[in-house]
Amino acid sequence: MKQLVILSGKGGTGKTSVTSAFAHLSSLGDLASKVVFADADVDASNLELVLAPKNTEEEEFWGGQIALIDADTCTGCGICEEVCRFDAVHEDGAVFLVDPIACDGCAACVYQCPVDAITMHEQNAGKWFRSDSRYGTLFHAALRPAHENSGKLVTLVKQQARLLALDEDYDLVLVDGPPGIGCPVISATSGADLALIVAEPTAAGVHDMHRVLETTSHFDVPALVCINKADVYPKGAAEIKEFCRAQDIQMIGEIPFDVSVTEAMVQGQPVTDFLPNSPSSQAIVKIWDKVVKEMQLDGVS
Amino acid sequence: MIIAIASGKGGTGKTTIATALAQTLSEREENISFLDCDVEAPNAHIFLKPDFTEKKDVEMLIPEVDDDLCTGCGRCAEVCQFHAIVVLGGKTLVFPEMCHGCGSCTLVCPEDAITEVPQVLGALKGGLTPEGINFAHGLLNVGEPMAVPVITKLKNWDERISAEVVIVDSPPGASCPVVESLRGSDFIILVTEPTPFGLHDLGQAYQLTKEINVPAGVIINRDGVGDKKVGAYCEENDIPVLMRIPLEREIGEGIAQGKSLLEVRPKYKKEFLNLYTEIQELAGEAR
Repeated sequence: MKQLVILSGKGGTGKTSVTSAFAHLSSLGDLASKVVFADADVDASNLELVLAPKNTEEEEFWGGQIALIDADTCTGCGICEEVCRFDAVHEDGAVFLVDPIACDGCAACVYQCPVDAITMHEQNAGKWFRSDSRYGTLFHAALRPAHENSGKLVTLVKQQARLLALDEDYDLVLVDGPPGIGCPVISATSGADLALIVAEPTAAGVHDMHRVLETTSHFDVPALVCINKADVYPKGAAEIKEFCRAQDIQMIGEIPFDVSVTEAMVQGQPVTDFLPNSPSSQAIVKIWDKVVKEMQLDGVS
Repeated sequence: MIIAIASGKGGTGKTTIATALAQTLSEREENISFLDCDVEAPNAHIFLKPDFTEKKDVEMLIPEVDDDLCTGCGRCAEVCQFHAIVVLGGKTLVFPEMCHGCGSCTLVCPEDAITEVPQVLGALKGGLTPEGINFAHGLLNVGEPMAVPVITKLKNWDERISAEVVIVDSPPGASCPVVESLRGSDFIILVTEPTPFGLHDLGQAYQLTKEINVPAGVIINRDGVGDKKVGAYCEENDIPVLMRIPLEREIGEGIAQGKSLLEVRPKYKKEFLNLYTEIQELAGEAR
């Protein structure tokens, strides 16, 4: 079983549009019924919006604890405020209060309170789901806004997808990654056999592509690059190609700017399914074929 | 006045709006700070072109165990909520990448065998832009998971946060780094695009503004693509739509080249001045 993660660094470059098209394409050939999908962008989980999930099973996600001070026991000594490094404890009259948004859950205050007035409480930080989608099983999640531990939820969603893939002897876990390079990206990337970077030929897109490629290289995950909206700024696209050549990274395709992608999204479908003859669909098919080849997924089944 | 620019979905135009607002206000306000809090993928410097003159490392204190003093009692491992310190075969091991730097292990060690040593997570860089905006951004080191400590240090770097106007450019999403960026703001501009993805993620971001109790309004970018549901959502939830920027290829091309919105379309200056007046009113009402 192989694992492919779609990343970008910068947000909004088209990760989910590419992932959803891959989900569709994977359901057509030899890999049909051999792929499971995981949406690892739990802050902004959009893959479900184009994969039409049904028969959804729902589980609560308990992640991250926060401290609570019992006002009756609190003597107002203020040691908790002193030891808190997250500016989460504040004086409130004769006692102290914890700001649940600022609390990091470290429990340092719990162990320093001389009268044992502080306890930790687990937070309901969201939900995770297992759904049947148009093209196969989808694991996804919804982090409650303003809650922590999105990396932990990403890990959970991916673990569930991997377990199913192992049980059912699937060939591929397809992971739609989050933007950025920090904790959720690291969780999404861990264990991947290959990362596909969806780069955007803009000054910001190129800057962030460098950061995400440094990240995949740091974790020893091989990466391929494709360029989305490649014709919007040809100089930017040329810069990406030149960079990939210099770094010995394969650049495997260019997707033109195409309103078909948005039209398909409005219809709740991947572009390759809704408008298979559009320029973007044709480009994505070629990119998918190269990914399949690179991961040696052709002819495995 | 601290104005933060956020969005659930990435790539909707946060930095485009934040930089245009800062440039517009730089003509009438003396004292403007710009804080690019997207420390994983900071881009505002590309458009505002600051002359970076200051740099500061962001450090977190992580435990170091003196093996001669450590008795392997395991109290440190017991109190650590993040499994960053464990005792194996009588020896205490630290996993710095798991550590949140809370100092709890050091405080509870009965032998005083733990000291804290700084570990560099990233850096802050600051300098003036050609318009005189006091610009700063944070850069999380590659491979480091925790963005929040870098954002916290950026927001507390000298007196930047006390400027007359502070523009905070937030990372995308709706979890801890976004909360840390938006905390303490007087007003939040949520930038979205009128597509199903934009709508879904706007919902997440709007919920967050309610959780932290900061008034918010919406800017619809690339207006004309997709559908009408974002406008309808704002109406239903009584969220003010502050501005609409149509999808124009020329704007996209200009921004791709690293030009700011005002360089491509100077006429927006007037709209951003009006926007600032409206934000002042909305933030005032909320107070």
